Amino acid sequence: MAEAAVLSTGSAAAPSRRRRSWVPYALLLPGLLWLVVFFVLPMVTLASQSLQEGNVDDGYVFTGNVGIYVDALQQYWPQYVRSLVYAGTATVLALLLGYPLAYFIAQKAGRYKNLILVLVIAPFFTSFLIRTLAWRTILSDDWFVTEWAQKLHITDFLQAVGLTSNDSLLSSKFAVIMGLTYNFLPFMILPLYTSLERLDPRLIEAAGDLYASAWQTFRRVTWPLSLPGVVAGTLLTFIPAAGDFINARLLGNTQTTMIGSVIDSQFLRVLDYPLAAALSFILLIIIVTMVSVYVRRAGTEELL
Amino acid sequence: MTWVKKHLIAFAALAVLVYMLVPNVIVAAFSFNDPKGKYNYNFNEFSTEAWTNPCGAQGICESLGLSLQVGVIASLAATVLGTMIAFALGRYRFRGRSATNLLIFMPMATPEVVMGSSLLTLFLMLGVPSGRTAILIAHIMFCVSFVVVAVKARVATLDPKLEEAAADLGANPRQTFLRVTLPLAAPGIAAGGLLAFSLSFDDYIITNFNASPSSITFPMYVWGASARGVPVQVYVIGTVMFLLALVVVMVGQLISSRRNRQVV
Repeated sequence: MAEAAVLSTGSAAAPSRRRRSWVPYALLLPGLLWLVVFFVLPMVTLASQSLQEGNVDDGYVFTGNVGIYVDALQQYWPQYVRSLVYAGTATVLALLLGYPLAYFIAQKAGRYKNLILVLVIAPFFTSFLIRTLAWRTILSDDWFVTEWAQKLHITDFLQAVGLTSNDSLLSSKFAVIMGLTYNFLPFMILPLYTSLERLDPRLIEAAGDLYASAWQTFRRVTWPLSLPGVVAGTLLTFIPAAGDFINARLLGNTQTTMIGSVIDSQFLRVLDYPLAAALSFILLIIIVTMVSVYVRRAGTEELL
Repeated sequence: MTWVKKHLIAFAALAVLVYMLVPNVIVAAFSFNDPKGKYNYNFNEFSTEAWTNPCGAQGICESLGLSLQVGVIASLAATVLGTMIAFALGRYRFRGRSATNLLIFMPMATPEVVMGSSLLTLFLMLGVPSGRTAILIAHIMFCVSFVVVAVKARVATLDPKLEEAAADLGANPRQTFLRVTLPLAAPGIAAGGLLAFSLSFDDYIITNFNASPSSITFPMYVWGASARGVPVQVYVIGTVMFLLALVVVMVGQLISSRRNRQVV
């Protein structure tokens, strides 16, 4: 939709000024060159690195060792599955939590709209790591949150569904998924807000006038019109969450290791570059495949 | 009961807002703590020690300085590169538009751990040493796309009639651009630049792949400290950043609402 608007402005302005055909290319060149050299080219060197054999001291030779991918998957498939499940759960939770807030800001907040928007954006500008460390305090055993959760049998429930393994909240699946949801929530709320803000409130009134129930109005009017925001928000939440390891390391335990953590330590601690590169490349392929299938199914390709 | 039902969405929104802000409140509260032992997890005793001595923890202000420096340089460079791309996409029709859009979208659709590690393999092959330069290259790379998105959204809403009017009044293309187009696009450019700064300042995952022991950024310092015990000064800096962000975002909102009022 935005694309169509861009194109129409472009063409409307075109006749008034003679435009030289090289101008757009000159504007694009430096930025795109930067992305090609430092984003696209690294993908090639990553793939190449994964097919080399050798070690850090003696150097590497390209051998085309495709077997490394089999080894990588055999050894680390649980971490891949876990990362996708955690990120998927966090994305669904962020959508469930973010939607009411985005709807409220866009349609109901009135004069408090800007204030609430500021409060949503501001944490985003404060350190991610420090805020995640704060959750370590909030969920620690000594705090009232865990105590209350125990009294209200929430901890028993979480343990029963396998999200925690004992009476505490910290160092568990629950804490990691909660942290992922928390950290990427603004990425969900902002695109949702953008599409819900464009929603004409008269459409909702009209649905009510035509005897639609609140649920029907939501299902038939609000939700379909907010789909571009839902698609953008879920992508912006899922992708970084799938590669994240900060939450898993700060809030989890050894049973919650995510694939990002494995890639990080294989590269920087174990120094097994070919295996690390293969692991990283597999993650890239998984994400690119999932994103393109999702975008195609959602039918919002003009989103890009 | 009907009152509750009517305002259900407001309650839900409020609850989510609380969830989003609780960690910031905790950070602010614990910046006044005098912790017992090295882990700042329990509130022990009120103290302003860390506020009066923010550089008291070893290495913390050096890392903060490096992060600010990298953030400013990377966001300026990314803003220039991204704004140029956004103008090309928003104002011109040219061949290769969809390829360009894809190239802009891709870095936003790639997990950070993949970008960081792939850049490391490039630097290894080219023999680029890790450190400040490598960090800067990486930060500019992942910030460009976000600037493009922010500026493009603004450029798309500009009325081409305003530029035509400037041309009709005898302005040459350069004057039109500097006096009309650029000031109108400024809010988008400012938003893109701020976003780039915050992304750069906060990045841990990509930076960690390209940093050397002599180039510890603030997030890397915090990460290291999280294993050893977090000094209270970290919470002080976190609180100051939050307050600064609130002020910057509020000022931005004020300016834009005032502008809108003038236009209308």
